[in-house]
Amino acid sequence: MIVPLEHFLIFGAIIFTIGLYGTLVRRNLIGVLISIELILNSVNVNLVAFSKATSMAPETGQIFAVFVIAMAAAAVAVGLAIVIALYRVQKTVLADEVNLLKW
Amino acid sequence: MQFAIYALMVISVVWAVCAVTLRSLFHSALCFTAVLLGIAGIFVVLHAEFLAAVQVLIYVGAVMTLVIFAVMLTERLTDVSVRANNQQIWIGLLGGVAFLTLLIKVILVTPWPKHPDAVAATVMTSENTKHIGIALLSQYVFPFEVLAVVLTAVIIGAVVIAKKDKPA
Amino acid sequence: MIDQLFVNIKQGGLQLLGGFLPEWAVILVSIMMSIGILAALGPLIMMYLTLMERKVVGRMQNRIGPNRVGKFGLLQPLADGIKMLTKEDIVPVNADKVVHFLAPILIVVPALLAFAVIPFGRNMTAVDLNIGVLFFLAVSSTGTLAIFMASWSSRNKYSLLGGMRAVAQMISYEVPMVMSVVPILVVTGTMSTHAIVEAQGGWGGFRWFLFTPWGFASAIIFFLCGVAETNRSPFDLPEAESEIIAGFHTEYSGMKFALFYMAEFMNTFTICALTATLFLGGWQGPLLPSWLWFFLKTYSLIFVMMWFRGTLPRFRVDQMMGLAWKFLLPFTFVNIGVAGVWYFAPRNTAAVVCTLILAVTFWILTKLNRIYTPEKRVYSFGD
Repeated sequence: MIVPLEHFLIFGAIIFTIGLYGTLVRRNLIGVLISIELILNSVNVNLVAFSKATSMAPETGQIFAVFVIAMAAAAVAVGLAIVIALYRVQKTVLADEVNLLKW
Repeated sequence: MQFAIYALMVISVVWAVCAVTLRSLFHSALCFTAVLLGIAGIFVVLHAEFLAAVQVLIYVGAVMTLVIFAVMLTERLTDVSVRANNQQIWIGLLGGVAFLTLLIKVILVTPWPKHPDAVAATVMTSENTKHIGIALLSQYVFPFEVLAVVLTAVIIGAVVIAKKDKPA
Repeated sequence: MIDQLFVNIKQGGLQLLGGFLPEWAVILVSIMMSIGILAALGPLIMMYLTLMERKVVGRMQNRIGPNRVGKFGLLQPLADGIKMLTKEDIVPVNADKVVHFLAPILIVVPALLAFAVIPFGRNMTAVDLNIGVLFFLAVSSTGTLAIFMASWSSRNKYSLLGGMRAVAQMISYEVPMVMSVVPILVVTGTMSTHAIVEAQGGWGGFRWFLFTPWGFASAIIFFLCGVAETNRSPFDLPEAESEIIAGFHTEYSGMKFALFYMAEFMNTFTICALTATLFLGGWQGPLLPSWLWFFLKTYSLIFVMMWFRGTLPRFRVDQMMGLAWKFLLPFTFVNIGVAGVWYFAPRNTAAVVCTLILAVTFWILTKLNRIYTPEKRVYSFGD
């Protein structure tokens, strides 16, 4: 590989941390979903980098990554459906303001 | 050549930082789209062309469309002046930096089992898609079918949750 | 000889340069030449497509199109270009400046990128990727983002409405489009456009995929979805002038509107070129040079698209979505199964069985969708 494996792993780790920070800090629910997507993408980069450098059948990591992409898309779809349903009732999408057990 | 790859990585990190800190959600979604395109570029560098095309097609084409639809349906124009982050900024930053330092130290110290033959094996072939297809239907057919069931359940679930209730 | 004219010119030029430039510079010059040819070809095609559309639609409406500027109106696109360049560039005060500026640029980029995998002739594909068709589908699905950006940044109710309708239409028709390409991948086993054209060779045109049962259905579905993707009539609700002013490009004037217009026509050319490649045999043909066959096939399909525009009325939004999700999508699923039958069964039984399955599916789907189509009107004073 023209770029050593560790550099790809460090790139994945940086994107993971940025996504983690976003999940913890964003108020808007859709912002939280975007940060979760960042985490899943960093995992994909890790998987593909490992499969390229360490395995004789590079398709293993790539197939795993395809499954992760599909599951991430599914998670985002359901998450956004919930956000839209919440907006319809409470007229807000900020995580701070949804703090009642029953409305 | 390596300069281009490092430049791509640095730009992706910059867009990722913009995606989690911008106040307007629409701009944050657009910066995230740029990150996805950068990651697709990294997949091409790693000789995973099918995965790069699938990433652009599904993530940029479908998932981001969904996210931007949701942003447009739920954002009011007055929200641009609302604070984007809650009070846990400093703890988040501190924890993030600590976690990142730990990860980088571990990555640099661990002896990864790199296979020199593995690297050469993929450069020669241009049948990436064919091998993925064969493996998906022979060795990984069970997760494939389970994924199909899960996606069907997700479609039905999302439609049911987001439907308007009929007036009684 | 004349078939490989352009390839020989390029190779000759590169050999001339190879005498006094290092290796990597020759590769760079070769790439730059390909990019330059495509970047010049795109707008040139678009300019003469606008003229062709106005003349063809004019003739269908029993009038002559533009014929004042130059003989037969051939310099009309230049006049249009000068007009668009000299118009004042109005940006609304409330608009989001950066996003408003980026949207026309980001809609032209996928339209131009898709030119890279089209086989213009024998050995004349710009980049022969082994995931060619998937690359085209992925790149054309990023155009929806630019429409979102255009409609949101204008801060205008009509733009927003037009933009959301446009995006809903485009993503609904992407799914049958992708699924209708899958039978070709099943039968040829490759995604490279060059290899798909090669697989349709021989026998003077009877091996084209259009003449197989699944190919016929796939071609019609791909073409219809392509017409819907590029927002042309009869699917041009997003830019219906009589309904929502101009939809998502209401607030754009001058060169930016010209960029939107250019992207629409380049998309038209790309969809027709890809239909010709995948189903009509690309550049295969008996006597004429290969690139001439390619342009003939593509321009006949473009003529069919303009025929649609001159003849058919516009769809309503719910009819359009119903067509995509309730009719075209189940049909594409059955089509994939039929392609599998064609691949494994001997040729004669396969032809009969496949045609039968497709005809039965078509009949079932039309019967199921009968409740959504409007009934024939009865004009009581009409005679």
